[in-house]
Amino acid sequence: MSRKPYVRAVRRTWWLRQPRYVVYMIRELTSLFIGLYSAWLVIGLVRLGQGRTAWEAFLAATSSPPAVLFQLVCLAFAAYHSITWFAVTPKAMPLRIKDEPLSGKIIVGGHYAAWAFVSLLVLIAAGV
Amino acid sequence: MARSNKPVLWLPFAAGGLVAALIMPVLILITGLLVPLGVLDLPYERMAAVAHNPIGKLILFGILALPAWHAAHRLRMTAHDLGLGSGLGVKATCYGSAVLVIVAAAAALLAV
Amino acid sequence: MSDTITLEVLRYHPETDSEPHFQSYIVPYHEDWVVLDGLNHIKDHLDGTLTYRWSCHMAVCGSCGMMINGEPKLSCHAFLRDYRNGVVRIEPLDHFPIERDLVIVMDSFMEKLSSVKPYLIVEQEKSLSEGEYLQTPALLNVVKQYTQCINCLLCYAACPQCGLNKDFIGPAALALAHRYNLDSRDGGKDQRADVVASDEGIWECTFVGACSDVCPKHVDPAAAIQQTKISASLDWFRNLLPRGGRA
Repeated sequence: MSRKPYVRAVRRTWWLRQPRYVVYMIRELTSLFIGLYSAWLVIGLVRLGQGRTAWEAFLAATSSPPAVLFQLVCLAFAAYHSITWFAVTPKAMPLRIKDEPLSGKIIVGGHYAAWAFVSLLVLIAAGV
Repeated sequence: MARSNKPVLWLPFAAGGLVAALIMPVLILITGLLVPLGVLDLPYERMAAVAHNPIGKLILFGILALPAWHAAHRLRMTAHDLGLGSGLGVKATCYGSAVLVIVAAAAALLAV
Repeated sequence: MSDTITLEVLRYHPETDSEPHFQSYIVPYHEDWVVLDGLNHIKDHLDGTLTYRWSCHMAVCGSCGMMINGEPKLSCHAFLRDYRNGVVRIEPLDHFPIERDLVIVMDSFMEKLSSVKPYLIVEQEKSLSEGEYLQTPALLNVVKQYTQCINCLLCYAACPQCGLNKDFIGPAALALAHRYNLDSRDGGKDQRADVVASDEGIWECTFVGACSDVCPKHVDPAAAIQQTKISASLDWFRNLLPRGGRA
């Protein structure tokens, strides 16, 4: 009896074949915008180091329409990163209290609370 | 098969993911919306004071370096998912960019 | 509503075919039939040459995994009534070579499974007279969900990394390794680490999560792998310390 196993090729567009995979790709894409925004912040830091005039030029640059548009896109992706990151944390770090698994909702809720707390702290530090 | 050294890349990736998740949105809100709208000033003196402070430097470095590393590692893995392979070129581009950002941040913080 | 439904089945006979091709069959539609019932009807009444694996018909043996309209499912666990509107496309599980018709070659999985040492490795062997290795119900609950795997391979079919890298140890094997690593009676985490914590092990995973989505027994292999990443990372740094950080 002749065996001739047939191997099906995996297409480069495999991730387009199911909604689940498209959502995964969007989730991974958030890291591109986090990276780009980090670079923007570092540019700001460098400008800060160059003195008042340079810093104020950076503030003007970050307020320009193209920069605002870019940052709004970054904001959307960053928020999606936060939401998806918090959602999976209970899976990566299941906590147990006295032999009972801690509800995932508490772990996720705790992260949202931390998110709100940190955001508030930063806003206050920035002068709101 | 042997134990991988991936943890060296992965732990900072995980830390960066958490830092990015907690702090990036509000930072983008500030520089991308509140400053352009005039709600916030971010005066030079105040910002320079934070950057001069050693603890400020440490915090700023963490906020800049960890998310940058997170992005680099994740983009490297995504490049592989997209069929771009996992060769030296991909790794150099991804981690190299992160190193650039991280070194620039460190240099800027040390110089301020 | 018609009382028949069309099944489009991927056929492949290595002795005659150079590549697989679809063949359509019209089978009776019954409200309580599953896809497997449709396949059995084909084999019994329409085409005896159709080859496929099945056994329990109740989602506990793990034999009948297939791609049904592009989604990895147990054919005994997929009701025809959910596919009323249209054709039911049935193919062998993704990411495995096709042996014949809907039968895949699963040798690679068998090797991967045994490579993670899926059995209790006790640190200190006890003699029979010393009695059993005791475990409280609470300690059992820690591992319970990871013991439920029926080796159906739906997770391997769903996982994109399994498609992109044939050497990836894969969700089920890694979930089972985690089951033993977590077991209070086990002391074999170190011995499993050469495979589990290798590049082809947990580090190939990018937490797509599709494996856990499709698992019919809710094992959640994705969770098992992420937990192992944290544990393996901490072990990696601990091993840098003298005596591995142990007293």
